[in-house]
Amino acid sequence: MTTAILVSILMTLIAASTPILLAALGELVTEKAGVLNLGVEGMMLCGAVAGFAVAFSTGSTMLGLLAAMVAGVATAMVFAVLTLSLTANQVATGLALTIFGIGASSLIGAGFVGRTITRLDPVLPAALSEHPLLRAIFGHDIVVYLSLALVLGVSLFLRRTRPGLILRAVGENDASAHAIGYPVIAIRYAAIAFGGALAGLGGAYFSLALTPMWAEGLTAGRGWIALALVVFAAWRPGRLLLGAYLFGSVMTLELQAKAAGITWLAPELLAMTPYLATIAVLTMMSLGRKTGRLNAPACLGKPFSAS
Amino acid sequence: MLEWRRRREPSMLMLWLSPLIAIGLTMLLGMIVFTAMGYDGFHAVESIFVTPFIEPQRWPDLGVKAAPLVMIALGLAIGFRANVWNIGAEGQYIMGAIAGTGVALVTHEMTGWWILPAMAFAGVLGGMAWAAVPAFLRVRLQVSEILTSLMLTYVAVQGLYYLVRGPWKDPDGFNFPQTRMFGADQTLPAMMEGSLVHLGIPAALVIALVAWLLMEKTTAGYAVRVVGLAPAAARHGGFSADRVTWATLLASGGLAGLAGLFEAAGPFGQLTPQFPTGYGFTAIIVAFLGRLNPLGIVFGGVVLAATYVGGEIAQTTVRLPQAATGMFQALLLFVLLATDVLVKYRIGWKARAA
Amino acid sequence: MTSIITRRRFNFGAGASAAALPLIGTGARAQAPLGVGFIYVGPIGDHGWTWTHDQGRLAIEKEYGAKIKTSFIEKVAEGPDAARAIRQLAQAGNQLIFTTSFGFMNPTIQVAKQFPKLKFEHATGYQRAENVATYNARFYEGRAVIGTIAGHMSKSGQAGYIASFPIPEVVMGINAFTIAARKVNPNFRTKVIWASTWYDPAKEADAAKALIDQGCDIITQHTDSAAALQAAEQRGVFAFGQASDMKAFAPKAHLTAIVDDWSGYYIKRVKEVMDGTWKSGDVWGGIKDGMVKIAPYNDAVTPAARAAADEVTKGIVAGTLHPFTGELKDQKGEVRLKAGETASDAILSKMDWYVDGVQA
Repeated sequence: MTTAILVSILMTLIAASTPILLAALGELVTEKAGVLNLGVEGMMLCGAVAGFAVAFSTGSTMLGLLAAMVAGVATAMVFAVLTLSLTANQVATGLALTIFGIGASSLIGAGFVGRTITRLDPVLPAALSEHPLLRAIFGHDIVVYLSLALVLGVSLFLRRTRPGLILRAVGENDASAHAIGYPVIAIRYAAIAFGGALAGLGGAYFSLALTPMWAEGLTAGRGWIALALVVFAAWRPGRLLLGAYLFGSVMTLELQAKAAGITWLAPELLAMTPYLATIAVLTMMSLGRKTGRLNAPACLGKPFSAS
Repeated sequence: MLEWRRRREPSMLMLWLSPLIAIGLTMLLGMIVFTAMGYDGFHAVESIFVTPFIEPQRWPDLGVKAAPLVMIALGLAIGFRANVWNIGAEGQYIMGAIAGTGVALVTHEMTGWWILPAMAFAGVLGGMAWAAVPAFLRVRLQVSEILTSLMLTYVAVQGLYYLVRGPWKDPDGFNFPQTRMFGADQTLPAMMEGSLVHLGIPAALVIALVAWLLMEKTTAGYAVRVVGLAPAAARHGGFSADRVTWATLLASGGLAGLAGLFEAAGPFGQLTPQFPTGYGFTAIIVAFLGRLNPLGIVFGGVVLAATYVGGEIAQTTVRLPQAATGMFQALLLFVLLATDVLVKYRIGWKARAA
Repeated sequence: MTSIITRRRFNFGAGASAAALPLIGTGARAQAPLGVGFIYVGPIGDHGWTWTHDQGRLAIEKEYGAKIKTSFIEKVAEGPDAARAIRQLAQAGNQLIFTTSFGFMNPTIQVAKQFPKLKFEHATGYQRAENVATYNARFYEGRAVIGTIAGHMSKSGQAGYIASFPIPEVVMGINAFTIAARKVNPNFRTKVIWASTWYDPAKEADAAKALIDQGCDIITQHTDSAAALQAAEQRGVFAFGQASDMKAFAPKAHLTAIVDDWSGYYIKRVKEVMDGTWKSGDVWGGIKDGMVKIAPYNDAVTPAARAAADEVTKGIVAGTLHPFTGELKDQKGEVRLKAGETASDAILSKMDWYVDGVQA
């Protein structure tokens, strides 16, 4: 295999991993604040359709990305109002949000089926990417770089900054955090909004970069994989990056192997692996708790009310 | 200024009134939203919520659609009461169907009255086995059952795909990914000539009644409720939270498995990749719509079934797109969850701070 | 509320009697529009399989105007939900019902038994009844045409084929494509990726990229989305559209497309119900019948390729060329079709072997 092909496979792999990474990173922050939002798939679809609609109407993919984030936040706010202000059950609300997102995106997108836009371009000058090896580093679009920067940013935010510490405190013990005087509800609103923005962006990566078009159910269940990934990564941004790229590799290399005529495993069994691996990781984390500690936010999924 | 005041005790009136308020509000909101989208909003909502109930020929459809939802939701609700969040009922439903189908395929050349009970038994065991994994992980290792049960759903879906595309593919089926059709002794007897009405419908009603008696009238039901409401008090009272976790997960898994078997041996008559239709997830909505009460769940299941059946009617009467039905269901749950606040809180005037 | 209920009851009564009326009544009811119903497996916005069927529905509306009334139910899951949806269309007074996916076969047969006076048409299935006809398109004829073009246009002599599931329909497409390409280039090879899905745009695109990475310079597919074409456009290789003209998605890569056109068949069958001449049967229409069409060629298609493709099309229409003509050997070298022999429909509809040159 030549360098060019290896680089090409690498590019495909990174592109396939990016939307899952984004959506999972958003969900990670939401969960760190103690909120389980199962509506990732719905938020991604709303982001995908909004991004496409705006990019198509304005001709600007950048505006499309922005609109996707706004749509993601808007969808997430439905969830936030219900679960935070009205103390509704998070599991039920999250599932309803997914059903809502699938329906809403399909209705909004009906007029955009079969339309085309220009694909999100690599952000750096083409001159930098003339050599294949350099292309692997400089040849990506802006969202890829943004996703990597966000991983670093979120990691630093959670571990090194005061607001990050407060956010984790809210997720670990909301009652104490409230007693100390932190605005638990406001912080959770912000975390849910962040999750929505990144899910929207991840969704738009499908409709603007991977497959620049709109069709119903475009994300084909990637939101659920993102949810699994957060657990797989044990709520750590660095591991999330690793997990997303690992998963992207499995998806990409499976197709490469098939193209090369190698079939070593039934595709269904391979498709199970992310979920089985996640359960395995959860189990191992729990087993190793005496030495380390279970990283799951203690208040995950539990409602909080100040009064 | 208006403020929410927490009630000392949940309002029983609001508990039962809020689903009705939610349905009313959803109808109103639906009319407004659909009209704004350029459809005949009034007739759309009428088709979804009224027609299925007043046209007798739709009733069997409602029953067929509601039965699995009710059966799964009954199990889930018992767990939810005890703060056990099994959201992987879809996976347990599939595993029940797979286990039952295994029996059906092994016995496909046999006849006998014992085959169906054996399939049902296998279905229950299959669902239980799938729910036992989250139960074990939660009790022994404190791993969240929300996450594990959800993950296992996707494993079950892929397992189903693998079986129907591989080892269980109908040898005479031109390579189409589906099992052979079940024989007469592997199929639930039809309760009504020419319709899909099957044994699962009366079974769901009986199970609802049993579940209600169990939850309201027995010590076991009391234990479940106490563990859910006040874990500390439960410990003092000598109720084992672990045992409740095991029992509720196994019960919900078993019921989901049985529902899966009924669906496979009834309306489907075989296993196909299209078998998972999301009943396990929709049942969570049904459980909440029914206020986690077994009799309420029967009501919730029928209402949700009506949105499916009525959604199809609305497609033909006012050309309402299928996606709008999905939005309508989500809207129903949103509004229900929102009106829930009335159960726990009441609206009052905030006293001005001096 | 009372008025609603009364009106509904009335409607219900009317629907039931219409369903029960024998078709002899057609003449007397000439003024009432003929109800034609459609059951779709996907959303009409899928821009693929379901979309092409809905184009057919719109075509009959255009053709017959107020004489008919169409209705459809979309995104119907294959299984019990389908039986319910079909029954609903039947009870709503539709006289002719098209069920447009293979998985609707058993439900269609089952509901048709309860409504012996209504006519049912099931796409791509093999079970028929007195009032259930089946219809399908000979897509493999289109595959032979694009295979010919691929043979001419591919420099590497390797095509990538993104396929859904190894059912006869898909297998015969892969074979027809490969046979035609090997007539042009005897060393031609077709690499198949089983995507195990009809629809997952991102995966289809990644499959296309994987095939291109492995040296394929022409991509074709038996999945629904235009994602593979977009990937081909991005990588600068050629590709073919599926089910409809997809040129807009890949102006440079899109050489041509196999276009499904159900409108002619739908118009004809509606007319037959109106005239009372409808009969059950099995129609398998191809290029000649206009059910399968070849989209306009891209400017990039060389004159030699055009001429050869046109030749194949003409031969198929004239009946002088059958895409499956012996001698054909499968991959094990076993002779499946003797020299000069052509494959019968029975052989085609059970095809589960691959010709030489396919890597599946």
